[in-house]
Amino acid sequence: MTAALETTALSKRYGRAWALRDCTLSIPSGRVAAVVGPNGAGKTTLMRLAVGLHRPTRGSVCVFGRAPRDDADSRARIGFVGQETPLYRDLSVADHLEMGRRLNGDAWDGTSAIGRLSKLSIPLERRAGELSGGQRAQVALTIALAKRPDLLVLDEPVASLDPLARRTFLSELMGEVATRQLSVLLSSHVIADLEHRCDHLVILSKARIQVLGDVDDLLESHRVLIGPTTSELPDAVVVSSHEIGRQRTILVRSDQPVDAPGWAVEPIALEDLVLAYLSDPESGHLPGPEGRA
Amino acid sequence: MIGFRIESRSNVVPYLQLVEQVRRALRTGFLEPGDKLPTVREVAESVSINPNTVLKAYRQLEHEGLVEGRPGLGTFVVRSLAGPALASHAMLRRELRAWLGKARTAGLEPEDIEALFGTTLHAFESEGAA
Repeated sequence: MTAALETTALSKRYGRAWALRDCTLSIPSGRVAAVVGPNGAGKTTLMRLAVGLHRPTRGSVCVFGRAPRDDADSRARIGFVGQETPLYRDLSVADHLEMGRRLNGDAWDGTSAIGRLSKLSIPLERRAGELSGGQRAQVALTIALAKRPDLLVLDEPVASLDPLARRTFLSELMGEVATRQLSVLLSSHVIADLEHRCDHLVILSKARIQVLGDVDDLLESHRVLIGPTTSELPDAVVVSSHEIGRQRTILVRSDQPVDAPGWAVEPIALEDLVLAYLSDPESGHLPGPEGRA
Repeated sequence: MIGFRIESRSNVVPYLQLVEQVRRALRTGFLEPGDKLPTVREVAESVSINPNTVLKAYRQLEHEGLVEGRPGLGTFVVRSLAGPALASHAMLRRELRAWLGKARTAGLEPEDIEALFGTTLHAFESEGAA
């Protein structure tokens, strides 16, 4: 099956600074992929390249096999919500829908858009400037979905929302993923929001991919080991290590079950896995040749 | 209809938590053959989880012969796990509640009760096997 998003050595330079370097990844169709990383790591650049708003300096990006920058048909299959959930302050919600209908023609699904908004009790006559942050995010998502996209790209869509509005937004998103064969690329700083919702993970650090893979595979291949500092290190890749007094806690990666006498072996949560890699930008994990199939 | 939830701090992976919740409902008679499970969309939205996780759980239940997907209609329970002992559940639950009341009066916290129950059950089972 054609990947929803595939990049090869994708790079973008602004002046002298590389915003993204040698980014090679493939996200299968129907997946929800999370993009995480510190500010300035290249998340927004990757997303804007994926939707065709930027032209790569080097390398290539394909959405369902076609380059979005040069191909309007390909862009028609992409829904995008930028970081500021941009809406026109003085236009009403209904005006936004009308604009979407005129710009998108036959593909526009106005009926389900109105249905979504009424379910969320968002008044169509209300001006965008008078909506709450959560409502604005929902309107932006509704417009992106009304295009009937095959790939939805969301750059920090829940950043400005309160916890309840975040949950509502993400629950709606999960429902939409279930309903249509929708692939999602989603960036967020709130890792807890991604847990159980994303099945693919991309960690960016300093303009490069630091970790890439299927979430279940990553969680399965990583273990937290807790033991006395005197215990011998097991036969596995040590991602991070911390000592408090006589106790040492290490995060290890291994494709085999970890055999570690003298250590308590525990599974790891997604948030802790992400934080461990983020706090040590030198460690990294990319799929091997067999993982690229 | 069964409502699902995901325990974030559990060591059990999410799809198996869903499978276990259905099995438990089948054992207690809360779900019976003919009952419909919520759609993948309903679960994904209400629990706010990846729909692929729900699909995986439903496939596992189907593989175990407990439920059956009927195209265009939904997923239905086809087999119960409730034994003939189900009829005694109500009485046993009443006695257990009374016992729990005594345990709380004696000062046991829920964790103490779980530990006591776990070790006693374990000892009881191994005596029985011996």
